[in-house]
Amino acid sequence: MSAEEKTLTARNLRVEFGLPGGRVARAVDGVDLDVAPGEIVALAGESGCGKTTLARTLLGLERATGGTVAFDGVPLRYSTRALKAYRRQVQLVLQDPTGALNPRHTVYDAVAEGLRIHKIHDDEPGRVAEALSLAGLRPPEQFFLAYPHELSGGQRQRVVIAGALVLQPSLLVADEPVASLDASVRGEILSLLLRLKEEQGLGALVITHDLGLAWSIADRIAIMYLGRIVEQGPVERVLTAPRHPYTRALVSVLPAAPAVKAAVAEPIVLAGELPDASRIPGGCRFRPRCQEVASGNAASVLHQCTGEDLKVLGPEAKPHLVACHLDRNLHEGARMAG
Amino acid sequence: MTATNTLSPRALRWARRRQSLTRSWAAYRSQKTGMWGLVLLGAIVVLAIAAPVLVDESALSVTQATGGRMAPPSAAYPLGTDETGRSILALTLWGSRLSLVIGLTATVVAIVIGTAVGITSGHIGGWYGWIALRLSDWFMVLPSLVVAIALLAVLGRSMATTITVIALVSWPGTTRLVRAQTLTVQSRPYLERAKALGAGHWHQMTKHLLPNVLPLVLASATLLVPSAILMESSLAWLGLGDPGVVSWGSILNRASENGAVSAHAWWYLLPPGLAILLVVLAFMMCGRALEAVFNPRLRGES
Amino acid sequence: MLLEFKDLRVAYRGSRGRLPAVRGVDLTVDAGGTMGIAGESGCGKSTLAMAVLRLLPKSAEVSGEILLDGEDLLQMGWGRLRAVRWTGASIVFQGAMHSLNAVQRIGRQIAEPILVHEATTTPAAAARRAEALLERVGLPAARARSYPHELSGGQRQRVMIAMALACDPDLVIADEATTALDVMVQAQVLQLISSLVTERGVGLMMISHDLSVLSAVCDRAAVMYAGRIVEQGPAHEVFADARHPYSAALSAAFPVIGDPAARMNPGGLAGDPPDPVRLPEGCSFRPRCAVAVDRCGGESPELLAVPVRGSAGGAAEAPRVSACFVAQEGMPVVR
Repeated sequence: MSAEEKTLTARNLRVEFGLPGGRVARAVDGVDLDVAPGEIVALAGESGCGKTTLARTLLGLERATGGTVAFDGVPLRYSTRALKAYRRQVQLVLQDPTGALNPRHTVYDAVAEGLRIHKIHDDEPGRVAEALSLAGLRPPEQFFLAYPHELSGGQRQRVVIAGALVLQPSLLVADEPVASLDASVRGEILSLLLRLKEEQGLGALVITHDLGLAWSIADRIAIMYLGRIVEQGPVERVLTAPRHPYTRALVSVLPAAPAVKAAVAEPIVLAGELPDASRIPGGCRFRPRCQEVASGNAASVLHQCTGEDLKVLGPEAKPHLVACHLDRNLHEGARMAG
Repeated sequence: MTATNTLSPRALRWARRRQSLTRSWAAYRSQKTGMWGLVLLGAIVVLAIAAPVLVDESALSVTQATGGRMAPPSAAYPLGTDETGRSILALTLWGSRLSLVIGLTATVVAIVIGTAVGITSGHIGGWYGWIALRLSDWFMVLPSLVVAIALLAVLGRSMATTITVIALVSWPGTTRLVRAQTLTVQSRPYLERAKALGAGHWHQMTKHLLPNVLPLVLASATLLVPSAILMESSLAWLGLGDPGVVSWGSILNRASENGAVSAHAWWYLLPPGLAILLVVLAFMMCGRALEAVFNPRLRGES
Repeated sequence: MLLEFKDLRVAYRGSRGRLPAVRGVDLTVDAGGTMGIAGESGCGKSTLAMAVLRLLPKSAEVSGEILLDGEDLLQMGWGRLRAVRWTGASIVFQGAMHSLNAVQRIGRQIAEPILVHEATTTPAAAARRAEALLERVGLPAARARSYPHELSGGQRQRVMIAMALACDPDLVIADEATTALDVMVQAQVLQLISSLVTERGVGLMMISHDLSVLSAVCDRAAVMYAGRIVEQGPAHEVFADARHPYSAALSAAFPVIGDPAARMNPGGLAGDPPDPVRLPEGCSFRPRCAVAVDRCGGESPELLAVPVRGSAGGAAEAPRVSACFVAQEGMPVVR
């Protein structure tokens, strides 16, 4: 399989919204990201960092104002027909399964909806049953006539996933797929995503604010801050040896194993909150909240932090990428010394 | 998957519809006023349909009238007679047919226009939505009787014109209601899901928006029928109805024109008036009950 | 002893009959102590919180005792209860947006309980105290003139905490107070709560579905399932070394980053929490339990002390109790 095949790629993707008062919110401000079949990529960040806008843009629900989204090497076009064909390949799983299901539609109708939209009429009940049992609702026939309100939260999310699977997509984009579910049910839904990856070769982009979720199921992780990815790479490396100050702060406030605690000693609680996407600071966008700047550790590169915007990370030549002047400086220094 | 072979999608759909219908009916049945309204309405409809059997059409003919001029109720004429000697009972019975037909037809036309404009303007939005909204606003603020009189003067007095006029002035209310509900449903994540599945506008409007606004539309329609009947009566009372047919409004119109009020001929005025009242009441009772059944907020569900 | 529940039972009367929400809870919170209550929606943890301030709906039937400083809250008259709310115990709710008045400046909203409960305080003094409280929770005093919609979610949660502290209560109840917040803002609010607890010596009863949050803030934690406490002990031990299969599953839902056992293994429990009207026979957790034994189907386990494994690092200072036959025999509760 070539690297391009069935891969969802974003290159220098930008999405801007006009705000009242003539300001412009740069929700997604230059993102490179690849999601291939058979891998789960976690996109993590705080609310307001642009991760949901990025997901919607990857699905063609939002138009990019710059850069490209491509699938299988073909750039996404926004004609009705092109979008429809694209959506057989890349499917969405929403956060709140209760809202994602029409209360007046039975489970059967909810799952068959995709088939009807794409005019796939042969063996509809068989396909619906298969998708339901793939999503772990067995025996499927027992759920056909149920209404969403008769199901538990976990079962509803399974129905939503079955509705996506029925079109046999190669990728799923899941926006906080377990955030609205009860704690004990979450693991089951995540196990399902993991099983689908292993058994069906399904790829997934999982949008989450929960780094623990990434640790549970993701192969790679991208940390997003204010419209841009600040660090990405294999989960083991990014989460156990985080290099960007923001990732380090995020990891430090979570329960972590002793090995990780050794790397990130004290909890670093950042002051303040995520700035508005219409007021992205110049230079390094994380600088105003950066603990390294505050502590003076970054004094040697401070002129870069204040004056020089960082390059968009990727496409992945190196497995572990970090958008930080200080980190680059340290690494270059280490290389020269070595 | 052997078990699925016995369940075709169509059978499933019907099973589901039956299920939801049974549930709605059970909810409706628990509404006492709604049940009384339904009984009353049923009785009125039965009488309207059975009118030709109960009273021969010849009873409406002025030339074949046998009773006295504005005679009070008697054994032969239980509700008295009009100025030409026709039985008021016969007139009222026959009048119900026209009142109901006009009321229902005008409502259906208004609902269809209102729903179509409401859903499309809410869903598509943009300049189309803006124009549709302004248009419905414009129709809403027009004084309906003045428009009706002007239109009738241009188009001539006939049943079709009356229906058109009533429909024309009543659709904006439905549009408003449907648009508001469309916008609410529009923001639900399941529309986002449908879009992500590849659904076009038509699919979204027919499969998600329409089924969600329809119950409310149905409930509002039952409240629209009485207002259409009242409007028809007003127009006919003003002498703007179809002169060739008998409706409750036209009976009242003739009564007032022929001095029934000064003659204290209560039997001439009361039956059509009470009939209008009863029909309006019956529809209102049903409509309120339907609203309670279909509007989840009134039912206390989220 | 600041707060004590004695065999508290709460049931809601509804269209489906009596729904038991809390089924016999015994729990104590020491003065200045921090107690975490964990569990998922419907386990009765919020009912427990509401019962303390008698905020339950009319359809609730309550029995048992809730002693605040030795005084039974359930027997109090309305006048006494009003005094106890805010000054004795106050509550921080989850949805700060809905709990704040949208058309009133937040300074006034914080000052309001002070004016109501302390007749001698002048409005100006109350306003000054509101500003001091805002500064204490990390907001500039000038924010007193803001309306709730001008604040972010984290700032609103800080305002809620300031309001809860307005009358110097002995006990603060935080009901999912950080659930809707982002990781970093949650860390900020948790840090604030922890420092306030130490500084002012108030007792804290913190309710959350996230055991990791409780283990970070609380000394002790109790895990509730289907209206009962199934495990209680030092919070970090309950989180790191659960002695009830349900607590183990709750912990696994919030994995420890860097823990190889959690990598590519999201865990999770089969099935759903039980319907309160049709609770299973025996242990109510049995249908979802991976380590259930024959005995679990027949009798309901009591909350009893469990043997502390030697490896846990010396003798535990507080006893650990679990309502699980398997744990009571010293067997592992995770497969």
